Amino acid sequence: MDTIKHVTNPLSSCPKTEERKTLTLVVQKLDKDLKPTAIQDPIIMPHTLSEQPAKILVENMNFNYGAVRALKNVNMKISAHKVTAFIGPSGCGKSTFLRCFNRLNDLVDGTKVEGRILLDGQDIYSPGVDVTDLRTKVGMVFQKVNPFPKSIYQNVAYGPQLQKVRKGDRLDEIVEKSLRGAGLWEEVKDRLHESALGLSGGQQQRLCIARALAVNPEVLLMDEPCSALDPISTGRIEELLHTLKEQLTVVIVTHNMQQAARVSDYTGFFLLGELIEYDDTKKIFTNPTDRRTEDYVTGRFG
Amino acid sequence: MFARTPGTFRSLESANIKRQVKEAEASYELLNQQLLDLYDQLNRYRVTLVDVNGREKSLPVATLIQAWVPNSMGIPEKIIMYVKNFWTVLSAEPREANTEGGIFPAIFGTVMMVLIMSVAVVPFGVLAAVYLKEYARQGVLTQMIRIAVNNLAGVPSIVFGVFGLGFFVYAVGGTIDQLFFSEALPNPTYGTGGILWASLTLALMTVPVVIVATEEGLSAVPREYREGSLGLGATKLESLIRVVLPCAMPGILTGLILAVSRATGEVAPLMLTGVVKLAPSLPVDSFFPFVHLDRKFMHLGFHIYDVGFQSPNVEAAKPMVYVTTFILVLVVILLNMAAIALRTRMRRRYAGSAI
Repeated sequence: MDTIKHVTNPLSSCPKTEERKTLTLVVQKLDKDLKPTAIQDPIIMPHTLSEQPAKILVENMNFNYGAVRALKNVNMKISAHKVTAFIGPSGCGKSTFLRCFNRLNDLVDGTKVEGRILLDGQDIYSPGVDVTDLRTKVGMVFQKVNPFPKSIYQNVAYGPQLQKVRKGDRLDEIVEKSLRGAGLWEEVKDRLHESALGLSGGQQQRLCIARALAVNPEVLLMDEPCSALDPISTGRIEELLHTLKEQLTVVIVTHNMQQAARVSDYTGFFLLGELIEYDDTKKIFTNPTDRRTEDYVTGRFG
Repeated sequence: MFARTPGTFRSLESANIKRQVKEAEASYELLNQQLLDLYDQLNRYRVTLVDVNGREKSLPVATLIQAWVPNSMGIPEKIIMYVKNFWTVLSAEPREANTEGGIFPAIFGTVMMVLIMSVAVVPFGVLAAVYLKEYARQGVLTQMIRIAVNNLAGVPSIVFGVFGLGFFVYAVGGTIDQLFFSEALPNPTYGTGGILWASLTLALMTVPVVIVATEEGLSAVPREYREGSLGLGATKLESLIRVVLPCAMPGILTGLILAVSRATGEVAPLMLTGVVKLAPSLPVDSFFPFVHLDRKFMHLGFHIYDVGFQSPNVEAAKPMVYVTTFILVLVVILLNMAAIALRTRMRRRYAGSAI
């Protein structure tokens, strides 16, 4: 029993010695160093990024679930026509952060956003913003594959129909274009009017991507889109990301670090609600500045 | 000259009407005479029956409905006979103070009442549940409303009958009469029991069941569907109508099935709100406006009570009570099966949607 205790909780079983004091001091100092203190702090951004146009600009953002602060003073610039990945352990706030971009967190009671998120220079949390309009500009693909229990065609046509695109040639055209965009057209063109729930998991996720593409978004948010898929389906979706970024900006949350390394141009590392490091993907995975990032990407974390 | 014109016109008119009345009376006399002749012809023939002991009984042929000789009938003939008799019960009007004939008006009244109740109860129950679940801020007040709804389901049905009589019949019906049917007063049109008020009273009685079932159905809709819909730029109402409610449909239909089961067998509230032992006409006929919701109606449950326990000749009514009971149970099963078939179809359509 004693041995197990020692392994699971080394700090608590450590007697109050000089060793422990130094350890605590180091942790505190690290915290202080990394905490940006005021608005004067520069927005954390990779050096190669600074000239590129920003699609989304996050300034001093805090996010609260009731009394719990889930995101602490995040600053970030997401550039257009690139794939940006967020990595970090579970519960570090990366999904919450992603859901702030299309204000899906509004649905959760007791949440509060401080700071600003600018989409093309417009604050999406300012009072005059039409949230439904925002959500057509910022599409989302979810972790849990969620096609509606309707036909494949109706799934893709759902978004355009909300915007009063009537049945007929234009809707057919949009559906075909979106399905082609998601690389699904060849597989489903003969059974558009069958239930979407009859597709395989990977096909369903690509259908969800097609559904998001049908409203012609400028930004596509992906919340661990491949976590429930097999490697082949994952590979297809990763390929898709390379073509998609020509038309739009992609932000992807992933637990799979190889995936982040493969698909993204820039990577942000989150830990306990803070953006620890944000840089070129290559740099994050080969030569990170912060020791915690290095520990995480090399698997020594925890 | 000008003043006299209307007077002249009126006298002309009245002379015209008098002439028409005379003509009608003459043709009535003629027809009446024909009728009496026909009666004479009908009563001219009598049949005399002799039993094994040699006793004779003489009956006018006109009073015979059916004549058969059971001992000389084969099994197929007997089966055909049974089917024919059962069909008569299903399709004919009652005779001889409800102890003979069929119970078609009671079946029709029961089914129609349940259908009107369903049409009334589903929108109200669903709207209430959607408001409670999706729009109202969850707190003490909504919790209290939920408790009140559940208590409402436990209120004895006769209490609903009294409420229906006081509220629907006297208050609502009386007001409608004063506003729209004042020329018929003091004879009430809607201010008396009728199929509409009975149905609405039953709808009130079963609305808690629908509310509870719909809330359950709404909770079973995966959060991903709502978020997926909202993420595509749908408003809350749009996602509710196009995604959430269709997925909650099996739950809503479960509520409806329970409501129908309860309402079909309920008798007590109906006795106060519009059921009668013998309705002169069905609530639906070929006269404008075709559906007469103010009419009184017959009901299988009440028919059992009336024929079995209020009839002057209880022995003669016994088969009628049995068959009515059987048909009431059959109607409940059929209505339930229709709703269950609908639910199964919905479920198949939304297969895999975790409901």
